[in-house]
Amino acid sequence: MKVVAATGNLSTGFLEETLVRAIEGADFLGCDAGSTDSGPYYLGSGNARGPREATKRNLRLMLREALKAGIPMVIGSAGHAGGRPHLAWTLEIVRELAAENRWHFKLASIDSEVEKEELLEAFRRGEISPLCPAPELTEQTIRRAERFVAMMGIEPIQAALKKGAQVIVAGRCSDVAIYAALPVLEGIPRWVAFHAGKILECGAASAEQRQYPDCMVAELEQSGFTVEPPNPAFRCTPQSVAAHALYETADPYHLVESGGVLDTSRAQYSGVDDRAVRITGSRFISAARYTVKLEGAALAGYRSVVVAGIRDPLVLRQLDPFLATLRTVVERKIANSLGLGPEAYILQFRIYGRDGAMGALEPTPTLEGHEVGLVIDVVADTQELAADILPLVWHTGLHHPIAEHQGLISNFAFPFSPPGMDAGPVYRFCINHVWELKDPCEPFGMKVETI
Amino acid sequence: MRELWEFTKLIRSKNAGPFELTFDIMFKDREGFDKVMNSGAISPKAIELLYRVERKQMRYFVIPELLSVKVSIPRGAFSGDVKDTDVYGGQFHGPLLRLPVE
Repeated sequence: MKVVAATGNLSTGFLEETLVRAIEGADFLGCDAGSTDSGPYYLGSGNARGPREATKRNLRLMLREALKAGIPMVIGSAGHAGGRPHLAWTLEIVRELAAENRWHFKLASIDSEVEKEELLEAFRRGEISPLCPAPELTEQTIRRAERFVAMMGIEPIQAALKKGAQVIVAGRCSDVAIYAALPVLEGIPRWVAFHAGKILECGAASAEQRQYPDCMVAELEQSGFTVEPPNPAFRCTPQSVAAHALYETADPYHLVESGGVLDTSRAQYSGVDDRAVRITGSRFISAARYTVKLEGAALAGYRSVVVAGIRDPLVLRQLDPFLATLRTVVERKIANSLGLGPEAYILQFRIYGRDGAMGALEPTPTLEGHEVGLVIDVVADTQELAADILPLVWHTGLHHPIAEHQGLISNFAFPFSPPGMDAGPVYRFCINHVWELKDPCEPFGMKVETI
Repeated sequence: MRELWEFTKLIRSKNAGPFELTFDIMFKDREGFDKVMNSGAISPKAIELLYRVERKQMRYFVIPELLSVKVSIPRGAFSGDVKDTDVYGGQFHGPLLRLPVE
């Protein structure tokens, strides 16, 4: 069975000629469209991560090739976060393309958003358990969150395939399940399907030098599988494919999926030729209970920020006391003018040139250079409040005195006018738990329609 | 004295989900891998000190067949949270590069 991954993420793309070459003789085309990597914003806000035009271009080529070849196509984690608005965003593009090109096919959409009431009931029944590390989960955190999704395994996709859907657009979905669903349905062993899925889900990333995002192909059989990049400029080596198993996963040998664990500790990677790699020897260990991972985002407040350069060596050599006294003055001003104590907002000084990138984990939080990039970051309950507090901070800091300079000074070099920017709502991931299900399809609503 | 990056072809950090960070250290060749591992420059203890993380919270893997070491630790601030500094977790590896190898 020949499986094609269009690319690692639907919005990044692939070469048209690579897809056309890859699809020849293929049984199935898939693409992952999502991740939690860009943080909680997309899940919380309901906004899809585009760009829309790039997503539409990639979907157009994928649909054209899949329909021409008469093979199923699966998109997982639609619209990046896989919630209901993200699914709707992706379906709108698919419908637009079908109308523009007069394509007709059976379309299944799988909803992975979990209603708060449904989750509360599952929580009360004791079906929700934490992973490590996990934020504390209470009924209140569930009620206050913006949105929850459950990450589907292979079963809902298989159900859609059984209903004869040719194009499947799934909400939040395990990356691996996108590629493992059809092979397992067709009798390919789980260890083969899941391990192949793990390598395929990043597209061409398992190639030795991936110069740009592109397609990847795997040929699956009972005893193992072979991966080979369809782009002749790329090649896979046993080292490149095995090394890819380390990428963005905490444990290199055990991949936890709904329904079990893929154990790759005894996997063998051998070169078929100088471009293709054969993989054998992994195991799939079925879990005693079937669980799906939950993702949720809650509103944490609204952010306003200002970027400022500091170049004065006298200010820099006393930066900590300078910012500490500035904070004291500012807190007093905010209390006087807005009637708010420091618990009503979060004021952070992010010091680039010292520990801006690593924060508390920075082992050498010392200033060595001749300038600092200061980001003043205010998060408050409303955007209006954050936007009111921010200029109090930067304007006070601008003229905040130091003993060595007598007379009014201006400490901050602002690159922009206005200096400050409203950055909108800030979300946080509020759940890292699994949900035990009796039926793997239970929380996932499916719609099948003919377009 | 040399630094760790002189022996490696890749050192990176990355989110492993929003709640964990993972570090990959991949060596250029067997000789460098053996030299560094025998020197003790990389060890659970070294990671404990560098990232102020307890051993029991750390997952530490030596993968000789890939000439690699992988370490995963919980995040202090979850990805994208109000006090996070690195949404993708892609810049936490910096201090590893300059670890001294005796």
